Amino acid sequence: MIDTNEIASGRPAWLEHETWFEKAIKFVVFGVILFVVIYPFLSVVSTSLASDQDVIKNGGLVIIPENPTLNSYKTIFAGGVVTRAAMVSIAITVIGTIVSMVLTVGMAYGLSRKIVGGRIILIIALTTLLFTPGIIPNYLAVKQYGLLNSYASLILPVVISAFNLVVLRQFFMGIPPELIDSAKIDGANDFDVLIKIVLPLSKAVLAVIALFYAVNTYWNSFFNALLYLNDSSMWPLQLVLRLYVVQGAPLPTAGEALDSIPPLQSLQMAVVVVALVPILVVYPFLQRYFTSGVLSGAIKG
Amino acid sequence: MSAVNVKQAPTAVGRVSAGAATTTERKSSIWKQIWRDRFMFLMIAPGLLYFLLFHYVPLLGNVIAFQDYLPFLGFQDSPFVGFANFQQMFAQGAFWQAVANTIIISLLQIIFYFPAPIALALMLHGIINSHVRRVIQSVVYLPHFISWVIVVSIWQQVLGGSGIFVHTLRDLGLPTINVMTEPAFFKPLVVLQLIWKETGWATIIYLAALLNIEAALYEAAVMDGAGRWQRLWHITIPGIMGVTLLLLILRIGAVLTVGVGPGAFEQILLQRNAVGPAAGEVLDTYVYFQGIVGGQWGITAAAGLIKGILGTLLVIGANRLARRAGQDGLFSS
Repeated sequence: MIDTNEIASGRPAWLEHETWFEKAIKFVVFGVILFVVIYPFLSVVSTSLASDQDVIKNGGLVIIPENPTLNSYKTIFAGGVVTRAAMVSIAITVIGTIVSMVLTVGMAYGLSRKIVGGRIILIIALTTLLFTPGIIPNYLAVKQYGLLNSYASLILPVVISAFNLVVLRQFFMGIPPELIDSAKIDGANDFDVLIKIVLPLSKAVLAVIALFYAVNTYWNSFFNALLYLNDSSMWPLQLVLRLYVVQGAPLPTAGEALDSIPPLQSLQMAVVVVALVPILVVYPFLQRYFTSGVLSGAIKG
Repeated sequence: MSAVNVKQAPTAVGRVSAGAATTTERKSSIWKQIWRDRFMFLMIAPGLLYFLLFHYVPLLGNVIAFQDYLPFLGFQDSPFVGFANFQQMFAQGAFWQAVANTIIISLLQIIFYFPAPIALALMLHGIINSHVRRVIQSVVYLPHFISWVIVVSIWQQVLGGSGIFVHTLRDLGLPTINVMTEPAFFKPLVVLQLIWKETGWATIIYLAALLNIEAALYEAAVMDGAGRWQRLWHITIPGIMGVTLLLLILRIGAVLTVGVGPGAFEQILLQRNAVGPAAGEVLDTYVYFQGIVGGQWGITAAAGLIKGILGTLLVIGANRLARRAGQDGLFSS
């Protein structure tokens, strides 16, 4: 007998039904996992909205602020440092991601077809997965190229990820050659083919790769900024976060603008939220690609 | 390297009649091919330039490992000192401390972090309702996209001196302890943080392997009366054994590098000062603090060079081993 309900839920006919006890265990285990992942985010947001009384009452992280207030956000944005750092991070992330995508797409597409010397170029790129020149030689090279203390030092040294290159090339190789050939017979050059045929077929994987660059390479990283920027007024958001939250330096506040200075913990968590918001905004739109297997297909090759 | 085999494109029209061609004709056909693919080369060129300028040319900077490097002289004029930097480095307690910490943290990660995504992937795979499964996947993937600065900030708030952990201990009348600044807790702590941040994301590759197991195997096993645990042991586990072995070998090959994922070393760098170098220094932070901050350029370049060479050999060796074990290795295509 075929049970249509079971087909709809994806349950294979041979699978035995779970006892209530097994169901309960699963429920509890996943409940705990979800709680451990979500709780820190909720408490960070709550603490950033908390008032002085809330923080004292709860001693640290606030779970539900009784007197929610936006004073912390007003204070950190009035201070100027966080605003400027956020602008720097946004600019680096937007410009960096665009440059990275253009270079990675170009190289991945060029290497996805048989061309003279393509094999050697691919080996040159892939071998970099096996070694790193090291922190000191990288620093010396950036210095030698005259990039120290420039925003270019946050983009150029990391502009292509060999891993992203491999994923993208693998995807391009899967596009049927007939599509490309027929366009070429109609007189299109390789550049037209890439723009008009290959890229529209690759939207999902391009979105995933762009997210990797934006979040992992640019928005979240601080070490290159620490290494290459001497001038702290140029710092991106993650370094400012490190200074004021991890190292606990006092935040510059425009005290007279408000009746009372918000508690330190609220201020710190407000900075964390500022760094978190762009990711939480973009993530829901892109997470479906991770769960739908676009990526695992690309990784497996 | 099988990955490097660029697929035969069916566009090699110029070669069709080249079977019996003379050398000169073949040469001209190569130039023809290059001209035909000129847009491809144009698109590749900036990327190739990047890899040369930022991955290969910097290797030359390792020359200062053999110099008494002085920044104002540059590496052109700094005096050569042979292997003196290496001798000094090997005589430094701080260096060996960093080596020991690196290897201990790596081993702890291999023992406690490595199995976590396998267990989670098996549990996720057991969720039949695909909507529920996707919601849980979306949540557990999220921490991968949170920066280490934020992760450490949050942990500090929860476990630090003024966090709820200490307050709870105090309320219960127990002795309080700041876990974030206690050297003894540093290594377990960084492993726990890694588990929190990367376990979910790392399930992706195992879930892909699990999806590849043929459903017919399970059906046949059920017909033969195999129970849930027998199916797990005889079908599911062997089905993901290949990818597990490959990832394990590669992780062991990277034993000189702490952590996985982007910016893994930033995690240690952020927290090293709170516990001091004896507990928190790893090879990469040693190079940063002694070299870039402390000005011991030659010695730390020597340390970086040793780490680089050993690390590369280990990864290549691991890759060989993986391929001998029947896996595709790092460069599968």
